[in-house]
Amino acid sequence: MLSYIVKRLLLMIPTLLVISILVFVIIQLPPGDYLESHIAELQSQGESVDQDKIKFLRQEYGLDKPFHEQYFIWAIGMLHGDFGYSFEYDLPVREVVGNRMFLTIMISVVTIIFTWVIAFPIGIYSATHQYSWGDYGLSFLGFIGLATPNFLLALVMLYLANVYFGTSIGGLMAPQYIDQPWSWGKLQSVLEHLWIPVIVIGTSGTAGMIRRLRANLLDELQKQYVTTARAKGMKENKLVRKYPLRMALNFFIADIGSLLPSVISGAEITAIVLSLPTTGPMLLTALQSQDMYLAGSFLMFLAMLTVIGVLVSDLLLAAIDPRIRLQGEIAK
Amino acid sequence: MSQHFVSDKPFDPHSIENLTAAQERYYFASQWQLMWWKLKRHRLAIVSSIVLFFIYFGALFCGFLTPYNLHTRNIDFIYAPPQRIHFFNESEFVGPFVYGLEYQLNMENLKREYQSNTNDIQKLRFFCSGDKYKFWGLISTDKHFVCPAEGGQFFLLGTDRLGRDMYSRIFYGARISLTIGLVGIIVSFTLGIVIGGIAGYYGGIIDNVVQRMIEILRSFPELPLWMALSAVLPVTWSPLSVFFGITIILAMLDWTSLARAVRSKLLALREEDYCTAAQLMGAKPKRIIGKHLLPGFMSHLIASASLSIPGMILGETALSFLGLGLRPPITSWGVLLNEAQNINVVALYPWLMLPVIPVIIVILGFNFLGDGLRDAADPYK
Repeated sequence: MLSYIVKRLLLMIPTLLVISILVFVIIQLPPGDYLESHIAELQSQGESVDQDKIKFLRQEYGLDKPFHEQYFIWAIGMLHGDFGYSFEYDLPVREVVGNRMFLTIMISVVTIIFTWVIAFPIGIYSATHQYSWGDYGLSFLGFIGLATPNFLLALVMLYLANVYFGTSIGGLMAPQYIDQPWSWGKLQSVLEHLWIPVIVIGTSGTAGMIRRLRANLLDELQKQYVTTARAKGMKENKLVRKYPLRMALNFFIADIGSLLPSVISGAEITAIVLSLPTTGPMLLTALQSQDMYLAGSFLMFLAMLTVIGVLVSDLLLAAIDPRIRLQGEIAK
Repeated sequence: MSQHFVSDKPFDPHSIENLTAAQERYYFASQWQLMWWKLKRHRLAIVSSIVLFFIYFGALFCGFLTPYNLHTRNIDFIYAPPQRIHFFNESEFVGPFVYGLEYQLNMENLKREYQSNTNDIQKLRFFCSGDKYKFWGLISTDKHFVCPAEGGQFFLLGTDRLGRDMYSRIFYGARISLTIGLVGIIVSFTLGIVIGGIAGYYGGIIDNVVQRMIEILRSFPELPLWMALSAVLPVTWSPLSVFFGITIILAMLDWTSLARAVRSKLLALREEDYCTAAQLMGAKPKRIIGKHLLPGFMSHLIASASLSIPGMILGETALSFLGLGLRPPITSWGVLLNEAQNINVVALYPWLMLPVIPVIIVILGFNFLGDGLRDAADPYK
């Protein structure tokens, strides 16, 4: 098991390396840099430009250096916890993003739990009652969830929540709790606001998961060991619970890998519509204004989140499934 | 040595096992024929394909089918609500007509309010002359299927902030939204087959590198990457270049699943005898992959490709909604929905959200059709 963990951890290094290069290329693609457009903007407004500061920033982040050197400055800085400088906010990136990252992680985790709680029973029901009305109805609902664009659903839910529950529009908590220390009331307010993004983000992921779980369980249900157990007179309920369900559980954990990117994608756009204080809205503005280090850190962070998520799912999988754990050893 | 007995009767291979006509039809049918028979049994897929056909048909003839042009502005009717088509006026049959709209500015909240005037009956005209447009950009004509009465209005789905007819705009938007999925799939299909083909055929290091690359691309959340890439497109580009830019961006992340499928199939198939035979006869890898290996599972590939069209349509819609995708004057469903970005819209002008309905229908349609195709292409079902 230990060797497996080490192997998986080592495998992450090249992955993150390639991702960081990819991210850096993308944020460098637009012609010019933020400082140039910033200076032009200030000058057009007749404001003076702090030449010293510009020069300092340019030197600090090596904006005048060739591409690969800039990359190394950025990448090595990241290893030291220095994510660069947000030109837009005039602050180090780390200070700008800290809290938002936390909220993004929180929303993603809650959404995944929500997806599981919904998808698991529905998937089992659909598989064990294949081609029944319940199966068709639930599959259809799932398809609708898959086909409805997240952002529009978010808008409508926001409106309905405001009309029927009086939830304040936008944000993740009522205005009076913003920048306040955590308290019971604040937690309540957050919970009141949290369910909208969670449902909105969860819909598409849930639909996909139900479909995959159903297909997987159906495959298992056709296998011979199920027939054997049935022939021996095992009760249907117990049979499903004892064997195929456990097999499907493996897949359930493995599916985090495909669930996580979609959850994070959904979280970004939903956050923009609902103006949640997460990474979404800030990433959008950072991309639009070429605030490259901020955008780069966000992209890097989101990628890292999925890579770590997949790692966790792989480790969990190895823990519950001896076949995966032992695979390497048998091969030897 | 005794002689072998050789019967001199004419040899008839069917003398033992005679195929009935139905069996014969089945056993000698081509692969595509078999697929079609299986697909026909998948009722949902057939219904979906008919619906999709009509939607594409509508997009093709959008100029004729709509009462107004894409950019026709009715400045007297800004944010007009949808008009209902009536057939009877005071229990008297008049044929399809709409009541005229009366505009009033509510001085309390400055909201535009429209009321139907039941005395003003505007009969719809059919096969009539209206706004001039160029049919397929070639023939200049002013013929429409339906037009408002002379001097009247006909806003089946209301108007937007510039007084443009939503019904017409949805039809025109379909052209872009529907083609972006198809063009995108062609790009990603080509990429997937070429990259997956090379990885699967050669194996070894090339395969390893491609595999890792695919894993990394797949682990990246799509939308942020799309956002980043489309933010890169220069503002100075012409709308058409932006369209192709966005398509390529969408396709760039989509080829991975196809490449994976091609690779795993090729890895298995290249060990087959017929592949070795082709190699021995000196066929080049390009020919072996293209002529001998790919056709074996082409149907399967097309089926899985059709399942990724909806993702692209949704992607374009999301990007345009955020203002990072297509920009007016190019009109897609996402661009139309961009107007509905505001919570006020939901409260005051909910008809601006209507473009989402065709989006949902098209995505469901492609999903069902793709499911049906996949089942049909699977020889073991």
